[in-house]
Amino acid sequence: MKARTLKRIPLNIAALLVFAVSIFPVYWMILTAFKPAKDIQSATPKFWPSSISFDNFDTATSEPHFWDYWRNSLLVAGVGVLLALVVACFAAFAVARMQWKGRAPFILMVFIAQMAPWEALMIPMYLIARDNDLLDSLPMLTAIYFVMTLPFSIVTLRGFLGGIPIELEEAARVDGCSRFTAFRKIVFPLLAPGLLSTSLFGFITAWNEFAFANALLLNKPEQRTLPTWLNSFSNGITIDWGAIMAASTLFMLPVLAIFLVLQGKVTGGLTSGAVKG
Amino acid sequence: MSASKADAVVATPTQPPRNQAPSGARRATKPPRKPSGIVKSVTPYLLVAPAILGIAFLLFYPVVRNVMLSFQHYRFKQLISRSADYVGWENYQEILKDSEFWEVTRRTFYFTAVNVVAVMLISTVCALMLMKLGKTMRILVLVGLVAAWATPVIAATTIFKWLFRSDNGVVNWALVKLGFDYEGYTWFGHAGSTLTVVTLLIVWQSIPFATLTLYAGLTTVSTDVYESARLDGAGPVRIFRSITFPILRPIFALVASLEVIWIFKSFAQIWAIAGENGPINEVRTLPVYAYQQGMSAKLFDMAGAISTITVVILAVMLVFYFRQMFKQEREADK
Repeated sequence: MKARTLKRIPLNIAALLVFAVSIFPVYWMILTAFKPAKDIQSATPKFWPSSISFDNFDTATSEPHFWDYWRNSLLVAGVGVLLALVVACFAAFAVARMQWKGRAPFILMVFIAQMAPWEALMIPMYLIARDNDLLDSLPMLTAIYFVMTLPFSIVTLRGFLGGIPIELEEAARVDGCSRFTAFRKIVFPLLAPGLLSTSLFGFITAWNEFAFANALLLNKPEQRTLPTWLNSFSNGITIDWGAIMAASTLFMLPVLAIFLVLQGKVTGGLTSGAVKG
Repeated sequence: MSASKADAVVATPTQPPRNQAPSGARRATKPPRKPSGIVKSVTPYLLVAPAILGIAFLLFYPVVRNVMLSFQHYRFKQLISRSADYVGWENYQEILKDSEFWEVTRRTFYFTAVNVVAVMLISTVCALMLMKLGKTMRILVLVGLVAAWATPVIAATTIFKWLFRSDNGVVNWALVKLGFDYEGYTWFGHAGSTLTVVTLLIVWQSIPFATLTLYAGLTTVSTDVYESARLDGAGPVRIFRSITFPILRPIFALVASLEVIWIFKSFAQIWAIAGENGPINEVRTLPVYAYQQGMSAKLFDMAGAISTITVVILAVMLVFYFRQMFKQEREADK
């Protein structure tokens, strides 16, 4: 017994090291956000707050257009993901429940779309937006986020639908339900948890997206989203790291909340979407 | 296996459908309403139509537009006049003669290789470590990994800029404490050190996904298998070679090819770290170079050629990834 405990010490030290390295940047962000200015500027960093201050949050939230960025981010991510969810629901139903010619090519297309090289498409997208007078417009960005989250949503919803026994639907239809009523009354309630986790993961993707927001929302400051604003805030001339870290903390808060809500499903849901398809 | 976890959540209805039970007689008298032939055959296409339209307009059309752009003469003048002439392979000829393009390409591959090797090595060690840990320590490590995973990219780049700050950054302070000469070192003043920070950032953010996926793969084997192998007298080396490694190999290949694709096309991390106050021209990779050629230099045609080449490279990688994926699905079906 004793020898085993001894053997475990290096292993546990390694585990602590992994924990420390993974969590330190997040801890440092939150700590800095709550530090008074003199602690942030001091030459020897303090690893524990001597006093908690909310000044940094006041500074961050009183930046010009701060709440506009929140509204914009919520709008583009929310609407984009909701659209993706509805469209994905239809498509997933066709894929999981129906036999039709072209089903296999459609699935392949979804898989390819899921791995789309978005980062290499900023220039054509910029030109398309410009040709249609959609630069600096939130609807364009919303549409991009819709297509960005769509393939993932189809794949995961297909998985969830596959888990609902088809007999339930058949039974409802035997009793005279139309296909649509059977879906609405029987499948939909069972699908709800799947819909929730799919939409929340899609929301994170859209909420975090930077490249397109940066390329397409250039000129009107009040039209930007949180990531682009946060990035330019941290590149400013007079850099107030306390306020920047407070803003980052606020920006991360919804994502953290989602991860907590989905706790157990985090690994399952994300990996099934990304890896197993 | 992860899908089955999700299935378990939704597969059990809390209440049986109300009308299901006593329907033996009714079943005979009232057959299910069958839609007519045409409606039935059209329905699935109507259901997938919105998805196909969305993907066609906002994904395939930009890809096609990108290819068209790469065969046009399209610069600032054409941006204003909105008409451009086709010039054949001219842009490709020009870009392939550009030594900077080759430098950027070489850097992109090198950067990807370093990152992927680091991610896969550390993640494998972490996954194996998670298998051995006691419950408390395991939860602790998982909490740390999820915290890193949940950090949005731009929050992470912002944090890393602050960590590696030259005057009052905590990393320089720690390095000085450890006896290195890093007093006031400007990490974002040099190409090498900037790329180091970007690498650390990407590795830090990629490890949670890779580790948890590998760990999920390892846990599919029940502990009985290990137990009986141990009873049969297999040592740790033998167990690793005969049990752990064969399980890990396909998942490892899958995660590795995913990471190759993701890291090869990474843009936000490099742009946010070095875009404005850093040596971006010395650290740029292919997606960044294409973006700059278009947005800053207004050489949209060059940008089109560079991104088309990038898309082609990524497509080759994708074929490799799909082969891994389908191979694994087949093995899982067996």
